[in-house]
Amino acid sequence: VAAFGTGASRPLQRGGSGFRFTVYAALSVVCMYFDQRGNYLEQVRYVLQGAAYPIQLAVSSPPAAWRWLKESFQTREALRAENTRLRNAERDLELRAMRYEALAHENGELRGLQGALPPVADRWLAAEIVTVQVSGLRQRLLLNRGQTNGVFKGQAVLDDKGLIGQTVHVGPWSAEVILITDPEHAVPVRIERTGLRTIAVGAGDTASLALPYLPGNADIKSGDLLVTSGLGGVFPEGYPVARVTSVNRDAITPLAQVKAAPLAHLDTDSEVMLVWFRADHPAAPATPVATGKADALGELKSGDPAMQPQAARHVPPPAPAASGAAEAAPNAPAGSTQPVPQGTPNGAGPAAPKPEAAPGQQS
Amino acid sequence: MSRDSLGRLLLSALLALVLTVLPLPAWADLVRPQFLVLAVLYWSVNAPRTGGVAFGFFAGLMLDIFQGPVLGEHALALSLAAYIFVREHQRIRSKPLFQQALIVFAALVAYEVVLFAIDGWTGHPVTSPLRWIHTVTGALIWPLAAAILAYGAGRRA
Repeated sequence: VAAFGTGASRPLQRGGSGFRFTVYAALSVVCMYFDQRGNYLEQVRYVLQGAAYPIQLAVSSPPAAWRWLKESFQTREALRAENTRLRNAERDLELRAMRYEALAHENGELRGLQGALPPVADRWLAAEIVTVQVSGLRQRLLLNRGQTNGVFKGQAVLDDKGLIGQTVHVGPWSAEVILITDPEHAVPVRIERTGLRTIAVGAGDTASLALPYLPGNADIKSGDLLVTSGLGGVFPEGYPVARVTSVNRDAITPLAQVKAAPLAHLDTDSEVMLVWFRADHPAAPATPVATGKADALGELKSGDPAMQPQAARHVPPPAPAASGAAEAAPNAPAGSTQPVPQGTPNGAGPAAPKPEAAPGQQS
Repeated sequence: MSRDSLGRLLLSALLALVLTVLPLPAWADLVRPQFLVLAVLYWSVNAPRTGGVAFGFFAGLMLDIFQGPVLGEHALALSLAAYIFVREHQRIRSKPLFQQALIVFAALVAYEVVLFAIDGWTGHPVTSPLRWIHTVTGALIWPLAAAILAYGAGRRA
């Protein structure tokens, strides 16, 4: 088919292709340079990701159509059973939430705030997983929400059980998420039982994380819960990440070999949650993250010291006036001279994560 | 003729891209050949004017979007592979499919070496030997892929 025309013009073709190759090679080197140094190509990426989205949607459409079919032909019995199950689950959660209110209030009083802080998660957005890329080398998801939905780079992604990952590339209608189990991903964690901080690195399969930086004598055992430590600037403090599955202390190696299993259902989820956090919350990520909200940015630019007064200012509206003074007797003198002493214990509480912010940024 | 073969080329590239990003179980993902690279190589040999370096570059850019840590990585590797194949297209075309598969294997290894080097330089080293599997499966599937592409090309022409 293509035989005629190419054979005759070979010498020309040869010189031409060599020149073209030089041009395109130089172009790709320039691309790489600018993409690597300082994200100059975010716009190009944005456009290309938008162009790639239809292909990704098309690839994922057969499974999606199958799911839709299965859902629409579900029997009444199955739907009723699911309804009952969900209602039970909701009642269970409501009961637990009742207790949560009380606990949060108590915690707030212990911290010296008059009432409970509002929850750190400000807004949620459910996103469907379009395609999954899970291999030993890369563990990524593609979500069907992008910049038009307000998604930003470095946003935390959760499911109902725990942490899933964070967004790495955001297109107009889609966002790529790196899973916490990707070999290139590391999440700063805290062992919930002891408060020991370390880093959980992806091990390259969806069922395990490695904790490679713990000394052999570290207080950690199988079954320990790992929660986010709030360092590193992406994830807020206190969200469940994984549970330790094996601790191997070898006398020969100075470090313990620790494995943990992620709590989120990384391989079976079809829907995940994108989360926006309150920038001025003490449990918010230690380093400012651009949230895209102008007011949040303004608060963040004022730096860490601005956290406490704002957190305190946030509190009074929900706090009933009676709670602080009446219930806790030692708290009563503090309540009378509100601004000054309120500031100091308050400052002591949220200030705790602050000194750790510096090593967190380095790691 | 040129327009027609361009359409065919783009269609095959789109299909190859779909095959490349199609979600597969982990084991199948590891042995999955790089279909888009094979398509670029095929068109570099059989339509060196329409296909070739530019086609390789833009196909590589798409691969970068889907699976590259750095924009331009696959573009460079793929335009290199396309360049070699365009340069030697007459010699390669005259070989039997079996020998072509060996040459394709060499090209895939060169392609992966470039990726490997850039991965390392940009700070995303993936040193697992599993990344080289696709060079073998790609060479193995080359006769079939070439036959399918030639069949598609022949039927339309």
